[in-house]
Amino acid sequence: MRDRYALALGDDALVLAQRLGEWVARAPELEEDVALANIALDLLGQARTLLTYAGELEGAGRDEDVLAYWRDDRDFRNVLLVELPNGDFAVTMARQLLFAAYQYELYDRLRASTDDTLAAVAGKAVKEVHYHRDHATQWVLRLGDGTDESHRRMAEGLRAVWPYADELFDGDDVTAALSAEGVAVDPATLREPWTAYVGGVLAEAGLEPPADATPRRGGRRGLHTEQLGYLLAEMQHLHRSHPGVTW
Amino acid sequence: MSGVREIVAAVPDPELPVVTIEQLGILRDVRVGDGGQVTVDITPTYSGCPAMDAIRADIVAALAGQGIDTVDVRTVLAPAWTTDWITPDGRTALEEHGIAPPGPAPAGGAVTALTLTVRCPHCGSPDTRELSRFGSTACKALWVCRACQEPFDHVKAL
Repeated sequence: MRDRYALALGDDALVLAQRLGEWVARAPELEEDVALANIALDLLGQARTLLTYAGELEGAGRDEDVLAYWRDDRDFRNVLLVELPNGDFAVTMARQLLFAAYQYELYDRLRASTDDTLAAVAGKAVKEVHYHRDHATQWVLRLGDGTDESHRRMAEGLRAVWPYADELFDGDDVTAALSAEGVAVDPATLREPWTAYVGGVLAEAGLEPPADATPRRGGRRGLHTEQLGYLLAEMQHLHRSHPGVTW
Repeated sequence: MSGVREIVAAVPDPELPVVTIEQLGILRDVRVGDGGQVTVDITPTYSGCPAMDAIRADIVAALAGQGIDTVDVRTVLAPAWTTDWITPDGRTALEEHGIAPPGPAPAGGAVTALTLTVRCPHCGSPDTRELSRFGSTACKALWVCRACQEPFDHVKAL
């Protein structure tokens, strides 16, 4: 049960790290190349520890590399939000705001987990994610409260990712059982602080939370968008072409 | 084997070679077992710090140079690294090499918006501004001095 929880959180971090890495050498300015690469690196570090732990708990001999490179899309348990294409910079910043705000509230509570490894990962990651959230906040404010064009794009970016926010707060049999034991955080408890934070940023940026979004979900059950397949093809290509490769 | 800790403590950080892993606060413990086997605990600055493998290899190599071959380098995550563990001489070394050392880490485990000014490590002016919260390594931000116009790295309080 714990292995499935660690896997889901690890997959969130791994897939978003891969997405953010696509910005390197393509961001609007050099500082953003560096910032997004740094954020991706933090997430990759979190993913490595979580996937390693998931593999140990599972006890089937799968390490972080096997889990990252040898599972197909239906076996990934990340939320759909993190696999969405980067779009333009505003789409990426909207996705960053929604996800970092969620991950911050999650890790902040997971620090108190009765599972020592999860608590340690969260205690370290919460400090990193605070920077991620702040980075996204500053851009959403700057673009939302900027020119007519930046405002239009930021509003469109928000509309593109908003349907995928609900899934962040979905529980399942794993989170129900583990949160009762004090191991996991019940995702439903994160909605209120998340809404308060994100709502505050949007209000200050002059943006409205999209009202007519139809929620999209399925990632935690392995039902992904088409886009995850392309992401995995790029991420896994080397390892599948040259099994066991190291450098 | 009293010199074992000193050997490990003198290993420089691969990304900030002006300070040792002890000065940076990432060396957490060195233990010598009855059979002479050495166990070293290190902790990453950030979860994804790519220097960990290099640090591990450098520790093993430093001890091997002194004839110690039974070495186990472990990575520990808790308690989480904080810039408060950078030693006073480590801070001085950073500043002397053009890297502004961090202020005190915020209480409560999470970072808050920084309000303290960062002093330029080149000219000492407090009239500086943040160019980018993310710099050349995970643990640094990029700043620039308004007085001397020089850019510089700043180790982020964490």
